[in-house]
Amino acid sequence: MGKRVAVVGYGQTYQRSSRKDVNGVELINEAVRVALADAELTIKDIDAIVIGNMDHFEGINYVDMWSAEGSGAVMKPVMKVTTGGTTGTSVAMCAYYHVASGMFDKVLAIGWEKNSESDTTGAIITAFHPVWERPNLGGAVAGLAIEASKYMHDYGATEKDGARVAVRERLHALNNPYAHLHQEWMKGIPPDQLVDLIVGSEQNQLLAYPLRMSDMCPRTDGAAAVIFAVEGKAEKIAPIPAWVQATANRHNFVYAGDVDMARNTTIAEASQAVFRKAGIKEPLKQIDVCELYLPYSYAGLKWIEDIGFCGYGEGPRLLWDGVTDMDGEMPINPSGGVMSSNAIGATALIRVGEGALQVMGRAGARQVNRKVNLAFCSGFGGCYWADIMLLGRKKPA
Amino acid sequence: MVTSGDSSQPFNWTVDEYGSTFLREMRDHKKLVGIKCPKCGKVYVPPRPVCGQCYVGMNEIVPVSDEGEIYVFTIVHFGFVDPNTGVQRPVPHGYAFIKLDGADTCLTHFLDSVDPVKVKVGARVKAVFEPKRTGSMMDIKHFKVL
Ligand SMILES: [Zn+2]
Repeated sequence: MGKRVAVVGYGQTYQRSSRKDVNGVELINEAVRVALADAELTIKDIDAIVIGNMDHFEGINYVDMWSAEGSGAVMKPVMKVTTGGTTGTSVAMCAYYHVASGMFDKVLAIGWEKNSESDTTGAIITAFHPVWERPNLGGAVAGLAIEASKYMHDYGATEKDGARVAVRERLHALNNPYAHLHQEWMKGIPPDQLVDLIVGSEQNQLLAYPLRMSDMCPRTDGAAAVIFAVEGKAEKIAPIPAWVQATANRHNFVYAGDVDMARNTTIAEASQAVFRKAGIKEPLKQIDVCELYLPYSYAGLKWIEDIGFCGYGEGPRLLWDGVTDMDGEMPINPSGGVMSSNAIGATALIRVGEGALQVMGRAGARQVNRKVNLAFCSGFGGCYWADIMLLGRKKPA
Repeated sequence: MVTSGDSSQPFNWTVDEYGSTFLREMRDHKKLVGIKCPKCGKVYVPPRPVCGQCYVGMNEIVPVSDEGEIYVFTIVHFGFVDPNTGVQRPVPHGYAFIKLDGADTCLTHFLDSVDPVKVKVGARVKAVFEPKRTGSMMDIKHFKVL
């Protein structure tokens, strides 16, 4: 068992489709400055830095070195972590391990991406095996559409069920000034009517059956920074530190065709590992809020079943019953989630930062209407792997 | 050699012994093979030297069919440039994970059809080989939906 560690500060840029006013290093610097101000620290107080993005997306390299003037890493220990969509949670886990090891007291975790300077589908395809996969891989949207086809086939889920997830995410995003998509026209319209409007809209372009524009995350420019501190210091920095209760990750397959799309086994096993460590028996009852990496709509049905919030095939019922809405039993993604902002390398770290804000009670208009004892945060990697970090108000045992 | 439009890039990749067997069998005989784990019995396509689940070495090459079924699929409607060739992928096109008869993992490939009635989870498909084959995954042109 390592030292107890808490999140004590969080900063993010406004997530936008294109930030032509800044370069990548400046974008990183924006998030770092906000996080330091949030924790009332200066860069001198930071003992080490962990940074990540998908650097081949932007066609750069050695982001740890490339960004040193923006991240504040000059003459500090710095480490780069790049794991696909999970990059942000992997950065968070790595920063947590740095502090939990007892070797560093305060560590800054940074995730960022400038999608306006990259070709997401081209980059995703070239991330796969050059001989076995690249020649015919389907790209960003197709890789998710295939999973939806299986879930719909196996459980009879419909396009409306998928749209119900999209509606929740976009309605929640209206409360979050940092979110990329603000679909103001949705304000005040009940969710079931919004679902009908979206499903019936001819402008809602089919991208890859069954996924339409409304089912997908956007491509976003943005950065996030989270500060982790050790017990003894954390309480002095933050009035309510968000303590790391447990964290876990799971990887599975070698080639894309090895993934059994029937269930998301990596998020299931990582979640169970976290629940075991934290002594959680009834996740839906015990967890107060989730910030989940849901890159597309149907993930919001199937993966919540794999996490263990309900049985297989019961995800749609939870959605339609409003259980995961802001005023529901267990709100999911008060921030609007990945479907409202997706700056890839920042995205999973934003889940951790937003979860921490909920625990601290400092999420503003997107704060859930209860005291948050436990916030469940997840990351998802393009190869169906999973990171989980559970944050809470009490120090872990 | 990787080609992209009119230009080529000096990349070459080594595949292991079993991967070489797969590519050779496909190129020379239009036959597909997998590899069987001695512990769990799972048949992997394409073949590779280690069963990750059991963490044991594998060496038993087994034949698999050039027919199978669609495990998962999509019909891609948005156009994008294939980063391998520099050529726009045709839209719409069918794309699927195909479970070949005799295999436990899937091959990812294109389908010949975009017909929503025919292209479904569980639909039967058969590999269509290129007449001139070079030892690449594209020696299979696509899978024909039966
Ligand atoms: Zn095995």
